Amino acid sequence: MAVDSQLASWEVFMQSKPGANYIHAGGVHAADKNMALQNARDTYTRRGEGTSIWVVPTDAIVASNPDDNDMLFDPANDKVYRMPTFYTMPEGAKAI
Amino acid sequence: MELLEKTEEVRRELLKHFEEKIERGDAIEPRDKMPDAYRKHLIRQMSQHAHSEVIGMQPEGNWITRAPSLRAKQILLAKIQDEGGHGLYLYSAAETLGISRSEMIAQLHSGKAKYSNIFNYPALTWADVGAIGWLVDGAAIVNQVSLQRTSYGPYSRAMVRICKEESFHQRQGYEIMTTMMRGTKDQQEMAQDAMNRWWWPSLMMFGPHDSESPHSGDAVKWKIKRHSNDELRQKFIDKTVQQAQVIGLKIPDTDLKWNESKGGYDHGAIDWNEFYRVISGNGPCNKQRMEHHKKVHNEGAWVREAAEAYRMKQEKKLIHL
Amino acid sequence: MNTITKQQALYKYSLRLGDNALIHSYRLSEWCSNAPILEEDLALTNFALDMIGRAQAILGYAGQLGDMEKTADDLAYRRGEREYYNNLIIEMPNGDFANTIARLLFVSVYEFYFFSELQNSSDPTLAAIAAKTLKEVKYHMAHARDWVLRLGDGTDESRSRMQAAVSALWMYTGELFETDEAAAILQDANIAVDMPPLKEKWNAIVRQILADAAIAIPADEYMQTGSSKGVHTEHLGHILSEMQYLQRTYPEAIW
Repeated sequence: MAVDSQLASWEVFMQSKPGANYIHAGGVHAADKNMALQNARDTYTRRGEGTSIWVVPTDAIVASNPDDNDMLFDPANDKVYRMPTFYTMPEGAKAI
Repeated sequence: MELLEKTEEVRRELLKHFEEKIERGDAIEPRDKMPDAYRKHLIRQMSQHAHSEVIGMQPEGNWITRAPSLRAKQILLAKIQDEGGHGLYLYSAAETLGISRSEMIAQLHSGKAKYSNIFNYPALTWADVGAIGWLVDGAAIVNQVSLQRTSYGPYSRAMVRICKEESFHQRQGYEIMTTMMRGTKDQQEMAQDAMNRWWWPSLMMFGPHDSESPHSGDAVKWKIKRHSNDELRQKFIDKTVQQAQVIGLKIPDTDLKWNESKGGYDHGAIDWNEFYRVISGNGPCNKQRMEHHKKVHNEGAWVREAAEAYRMKQEKKLIHL
Repeated sequence: MNTITKQQALYKYSLRLGDNALIHSYRLSEWCSNAPILEEDLALTNFALDMIGRAQAILGYAGQLGDMEKTADDLAYRRGEREYYNNLIIEMPNGDFANTIARLLFVSVYEFYFFSELQNSSDPTLAAIAAKTLKEVKYHMAHARDWVLRLGDGTDESRSRMQAAVSALWMYTGELFETDEAAAILQDANIAVDMPPLKEKWNAIVRQILADAAIAIPADEYMQTGSSKGVHTEHLGHILSEMQYLQRTYPEAIW
């Protein structure tokens, strides 16, 4: 008999209400796109949690390497001028 | 020789870095470097947890077709389905550690991976469905709430989702027991009988006493485990005894008494011989549960193969278009 | 000359709809912890849950129409074999996964067209139930269709199992479109669904899906019948004796 297959792994992203960000919910296994979408629906919306689903093959996700964290993320730490609180507003002026 | 020393030095450095991270309370994510022992411990614990959810579907599943009302059937089916879902979340979380679901299932079938001992007991009457929901899920929830803060990110996130969903499980079990205790004499006897059979195995679910627990050292240091077996067991007992009293069920432990100084109950001795007998394969249902799982797995193989074959054919068609 | 009143007709018509949902949910729930992959276990259980919900609503309604007021549970748990009106195809054993999927396809396509029509029923309760059910059934149909295609064009084994399932169940499909006295009375009152156009639509879509899956369609030969008179296969009795066991053993108990 062939090696057992539990089908391919997919990552599931759910949108909780229209306009909201898609958030990673977990994974499912499926052989094809239709099955992945249906399995995600049957697994992750049992309590009406979602209005929209994305499924992505797990091996299509590219993740950053934690070893590169200082190079990737630390340089942004001192760019305080990107934050609105960096700027002083004259007394009495209202924020937009 | 120099190389070996160098490797050892790197290893120590990494371990130090890892443990500092744990100390700070940072979550560990799949691509982070982690000690082999941490990865192995998680794979063992998470796959056992996933298998328990899936094998746990069997004793209750045994009652779906006989549930005594449409409402009871609906709730039971939804609950068992949740358990399947929770198994699925946990398999997916465990896969981030580099083990596939197929491998985990193969380990279950070979006996290398375990599942919770509690499911080696039979669900004999409808009251057992109540007792399982109330006691077994009640015990599981105490454990799972604690695991929401476990150090491995994917495990912790799965536990948060699971706890949110499981909150109704313990209630449905308690509701069944309550209804039966308010019912006919037959029903009351059935409920007490189920209580008598499930109480002690439920206490065993928390594992050996802290003084005897073989795996807890590293698991506590690395914050996989956040509370000790005995702490969790105590929490469960204190909560459950009170609920039993409210509906008039007796706890089958003549040594059980309130200890004012610790603010909790003292309980009688747990029969660890029974625990080890069941764990080593001689429980009432060990064989039945595993045979069922293997049978379903084997009978489903042609369906999974067909789904794979279909996908490959479709992909080929696309290429030739 | 009618032998039953309109009220009695509505009672029986509702029972049939409720029984179909109840018994189909029973069969699908038997897959719980038995499906080929965990994800499919969840899917089939979802369908069973949809159907129990539908059974509760329809049998609850039927319970108000009979000679004595009854609950959905009374009707589910205290009627005998000859008082059940579900279609025969519904009570057939699950068989293998292909057989369960073939039934789900036949029944969900039928229900899709049936409830599409029933939405326009002059009976407001049935119309409301139909509108809700339609959403569920659309999904059952998509799920069944996708699996029929996969199994039909999967491996040699899956194709032969799919073919065997379709061939075995085909003789139970004709009964879905039968009209009895109750349905005829209700059709005059614009309550019931007109069956002949339904059968045409069903045939077109089912034949298309089976053709796409390269599954041969059995010649329309003899079609089994009987459920509208409460005459069933032997399988129903076993379902009821299991389902009703606790209610029958402890008639005084409330669960």
